[in-house]
Amino acid sequence: MVELLKNTNIDFIGFRKKAFIISLILVLIGFYAFIMVSIGKANLSVDFTGGTNLQIKFENQVDIGVLREVLVNGGVGDVQIQQISGTKEFFIKTKLSDVGSEKIQSKISAILSDQLKNNKYEILSSSMVGPGVGRDLKKYAIIAVCLALLGIIVYIAWRFTFISGIAATIATFHDVVVILGVFYILGKEINLLIITALLTIAGYSLQDTVVVFDRIRENILKMKSKNEFGETINKSINEVLSRTVVTGISTLIVLAVFMFFGGEVLFDFSFALFIGLIVGTYSSIFVASPIVYVWRNKVR
Amino acid sequence: MLKSIKLRVIFIVLFLVISVIYCLPNIIEPTGAWKKYLPSDKIHLGLDLKGGMHLLLELDTAKMLENMVNRKFNAVKDGMIRDGIRFLGLDKKENALFITIRAEQKDKLYNLIGKEFSDMKAGAIKADGENLTIEFLLSEKELTNIKENAVHQALETIRNRIDQFGVSEPVIVRQGENQILVQLPGIKDPQRALELIGRTAQLEFKLVDEDNAIRYTGGTPPEGDEVLTMKTKNKETGISTTTQILLKKQSLLTGELLTDARVKLGGEFGGEPYVAIEFNSEGATLFDKVTAENVGKRIAIILDNTVYSAPVVKERISGGKATISGSFTMDEAKDLAIVLRAGALPAPVRVVQNITIGPSLGQDSINKGLKATIVGSILVIIFMIFYYRMSGIIANIALLLNLIYLLGAFSALKATMTLPGIAGIALTIGMGVDSNVLIFERIREELRLGKTVRAAVDAGYTKAWVAIFDSHITTLITAGVLFMFGTGPIKGFAITLIIGMIINLFTAVFGSKAIFDWIMTKYKPRKLSI
Repeated sequence: MVELLKNTNIDFIGFRKKAFIISLILVLIGFYAFIMVSIGKANLSVDFTGGTNLQIKFENQVDIGVLREVLVNGGVGDVQIQQISGTKEFFIKTKLSDVGSEKIQSKISAILSDQLKNNKYEILSSSMVGPGVGRDLKKYAIIAVCLALLGIIVYIAWRFTFISGIAATIATFHDVVVILGVFYILGKEINLLIITALLTIAGYSLQDTVVVFDRIRENILKMKSKNEFGETINKSINEVLSRTVVTGISTLIVLAVFMFFGGEVLFDFSFALFIGLIVGTYSSIFVASPIVYVWRNKVR
Repeated sequence: MLKSIKLRVIFIVLFLVISVIYCLPNIIEPTGAWKKYLPSDKIHLGLDLKGGMHLLLELDTAKMLENMVNRKFNAVKDGMIRDGIRFLGLDKKENALFITIRAEQKDKLYNLIGKEFSDMKAGAIKADGENLTIEFLLSEKELTNIKENAVHQALETIRNRIDQFGVSEPVIVRQGENQILVQLPGIKDPQRALELIGRTAQLEFKLVDEDNAIRYTGGTPPEGDEVLTMKTKNKETGISTTTQILLKKQSLLTGELLTDARVKLGGEFGGEPYVAIEFNSEGATLFDKVTAENVGKRIAIILDNTVYSAPVVKERISGGKATISGSFTMDEAKDLAIVLRAGALPAPVRVVQNITIGPSLGQDSINKGLKATIVGSILVIIFMIFYYRMSGIIANIALLLNLIYLLGAFSALKATMTLPGIAGIALTIGMGVDSNVLIFERIREELRLGKTVRAAVDAGYTKAWVAIFDSHITTLITAGVLFMFGTGPIKGFAITLIIGMIINLFTAVFGSKAIFDWIMTKYKPRKLSI
């Protein structure tokens, strides 16, 4: 049989202090990002901020600088333009939204038709979101995340122990916050799809944690004395390690394919999941399990 | 044991057949006699894949209440004059009227309000010598009622307009307190649809005040008058000009009394399209009276506070027919007829969200999503066979079953597939792979302990099941929350995950286990290729 890992015996618990420091740094960055997102200083999509976003395809190549100049001169200030690499397509984003009968899309179309006369274009997609909608959405996103986390704590506390429930939730929260930090640092747009990705990551990370906890639960029954708890955790993680790696690889393959073939819209989504999977796997081994270990030792 | 294997295989095959039947319409169109018995629905594609328009409209109920109080104000005034109640003061504020009268006429006023305006309740009374200022309020309950009715009426009107405009499979639902969600898949001219849906379409007929117009030079219009804009297009040059026109505020007739509106060509408008309207009997009588009283004067035809035309009344018009002209293009005339037929919105609407996706982008997304799914699946299949050999093949069969069940369930439940939904399928497959990996790794462990093939397989499945079950349930919890709070594409993602998780639990354990059991019983292998 083909085996990537065989009879590993790694001391994961012994690594916990280093892991906690690494995680602390990552989480701090994530929290900083979260604050920035909350006060609206991050690259948020129009879903949250309100505004207009157009995806435009030109017939001939346009210089992004020229495009910006034309729009700013035409009175659409505060405009963000992003070119989809290797294409003649652009995302044009502005915080302006329709007021009364004045339509931002019409305004931009008028400017483009007027200023770039010999270059035809097609509006592939447009979204206009009024300023009030974003606030509701933010509220719903926060409620959704809190509810999901709560549901998970309750379920895991019921299936395992209360400590496990809390540990799993901390690990999950850790992953979500870290990915948020990565997206913030890379300046990627945080939109509804990314929020979905974050929740999916939460699900994935939990799955990993549950698998490890399941094995710990099973091995605890075989444990002879309470002093062996750290060893039991190590043994359990080592036992499921090959599963972790095999599943991880096959899922990463799929996500990598989505990043390459899925197009611009799915790229960020798959990218978030790709990193999330790695962080999620890390956290179930190096965050969730050690928390249970440390906490149980304290309790005792 | 064999019997139960048979039973399980029957279940698997039964579900497979049902799924394939439901999937069929996506591949071939059923014809002839088949059409009657087979499902014919294709998988519904979301707006992000099909292209189309997603609108969130907000009904301006504050404006509507203001209009409503205005109308009450005028009606109460008329009633008081008729009943001989002298008002010393009359004022309005938000949802209340303030009426100042002499104390001895209090009963008379209460009588009038009680009889004709029973939805208004008397509130605070302020006495000032002989005079009383009484506040009449629209009750909270009444206000909520009015708002509710307005939203329902708006929904109905918008549905009517869209039906007449001709969009297949539109979604028109209420969202929250005063919002309406409209989805128009595959719409070709989003701009035109937006104008059609968003227009209030309040049709009014008002008298042009020519007596005062001579003296009026701008600024505040005289008492009882208002100034509106009139747009005229020069036929030769095509240039539009706007003029201000002074009108009597009181409307003579409104669009509520219309029964029909149709586009006509030619006649007195020289080949230009115009809209012929027809009143019901009440409207016809009113129109007859109005035209009889105003021969030689101009009556303005106003839609949403813009004057379309202001023709001179040449003679009394009986029969309840009139025309609206205004240099329309054919499409404009058609849309005007639609909104007039469908009726006015009870209040103006505001577009708070407008997401439009062109059809080419949608197709592009489908292609890319499908390509990624296929390439990803092939790679995973290869990986599984490489790593688990014969058992990998069994796992792949289970995954294939998974995919067919998933598509079948999607078609059968008429769920909507979105771009994130495709990603959701990929995730589901990923979790399906994980279930198999969990089981196989467990079987390997049991084999290492020296168990027989049969015992190892049984133990592997039993022990892995707990972890598989728990991890799927936690994902289901997340997906459930997403389903409740997500909209549009995200809901699509959540639906895929929910269906996927349930099917996964079924196939990961039932599907491959049945195949294993069948091999065990039939061939009794002493070694397992895993």
